[in-house]
Amino acid sequence: MATKSLKARNNDIAKTSKQLEILSNGIFSDGELPTFANKIKETNQFPLRPKKLEILQINLGYICNQVCEHCHVDAGPDRKEIMSVKTMKQCLEVIKKTEAHTLDLTGGAPEMNPNFRWFVEEASKAGIKDFIVRSNLTIIRANKKYYDLPKFFKKYNIHVVSSMPHWTRGKTDKQRGNGVFDTSIKALQELNNVGYGVPGSSLQLDLVYNPSGAFLPGDQKGLENDFKKALKEDFNIDFHHLFAITNLPISRFLEYLIASENYEDYMVALVDAYNPSAVENVMCTNTISVSWDGYLYDCDFNQMLNLKVASNVKHIADYNEAILEDRTIIINQHCYGCTAGAGSSCQGTVA
Amino acid sequence: MSKTYYDAADLRKFGKITEWSEELGAKFFDYYGKVFEEGALTAREKSLIALAVAHTEQCPYCIDAYTKDSLQRGITKPEMMEAIHVGAAIKSGATLVHGVQMMNKVNKLEM
Repeated sequence: MATKSLKARNNDIAKTSKQLEILSNGIFSDGELPTFANKIKETNQFPLRPKKLEILQINLGYICNQVCEHCHVDAGPDRKEIMSVKTMKQCLEVIKKTEAHTLDLTGGAPEMNPNFRWFVEEASKAGIKDFIVRSNLTIIRANKKYYDLPKFFKKYNIHVVSSMPHWTRGKTDKQRGNGVFDTSIKALQELNNVGYGVPGSSLQLDLVYNPSGAFLPGDQKGLENDFKKALKEDFNIDFHHLFAITNLPISRFLEYLIASENYEDYMVALVDAYNPSAVENVMCTNTISVSWDGYLYDCDFNQMLNLKVASNVKHIADYNEAILEDRTIIINQHCYGCTAGAGSSCQGTVA
Repeated sequence: MSKTYYDAADLRKFGKITEWSEELGAKFFDYYGKVFEEGALTAREKSLIALAVAHTEQCPYCIDAYTKDSLQRGITKPEMMEAIHVGAAIKSGATLVHGVQMMNKVNKLEM
């Protein structure tokens, strides 16, 4: 289990150019596997173009209290990239006028941004239908100053989406660090206590599952049933939905794949599981991702690869939805992660 | 040619058996796919049966494939190991039950 980000370790894979080089070479350059562009050409889905914007996803910074082994953000306590008040104000201007029905705050641990609460309060005034905060759960128990987060979320009717890799201690701690399982259970119980996730409650609590290793997620509904049964029986925990998300071969997960000699098999598994109907609904077609410094991306993964939108509008300060909708989405081999099997997005399966 | 009898990378090429006998290969894969769909048994139960049989058949490709399949389905390590014990118990039981045949033969031969 790493305790520092790739960036802090000066690991070569911290460089986005290195990641893109790995994804473009090897089995994709020697013809064993088709590139993503060629694959979607087979079904006349190239170039990939956006549909109507539905989700505005804002990354409040890469700082996090955890250093998860699979993290595509390379987040951790050592990351200094945090959204400033100036950029937040620019985001708020956009939130007031966007056509998107969902606002999705992510990180890192978004709660660690010192202006997080102010930003949530201001953003909630825009009355967006679905206001998501992606919380890693352990942050709620990380420090006394975060203990009241469940009540804070409730006050602003936040839709909480939390990571929970497994219903057993071993698998969770291996992926996310020792003690993460017990702390996450405690945090979930506290969210339940204020009404989150309880059957019939309007306070939405959804869990995110991503596989703890070099394999793809199984059937989302089946996993949801397993999680619900185990968490209820063992800990009396309730939640609404489980989103099964595929790990994309970038950043720390890419490092893991290479170090464990699973990279090629994993890419083969992704390509074998390619599903053209998942391409239809892939999240980059209905999402704009905003980075901590205000730049715009087709998705959170492209943000981490520093692939800014192919549009004249590249920054939140110049935001214009009509201009942004008229763009071509930037793709590379990591995109196979969103089109495998039932597809994958920040909202779970798509096909 | 591979220097060993088994090469993990060959599992990826399994589908190629169809190239030399298209109709039979296609029928096999169609059947195979159908068998593992949800039915009277869940896909999860079928995966555990396949994992146990993979071990009794001692097929390294099948072990790779169904270990990964089990993980994808969220099957736990104790469940996986117990499934193998079921296979092992049947294997050893099948050996030992032939002991009755041996005993019958001894009883017949001895005065």
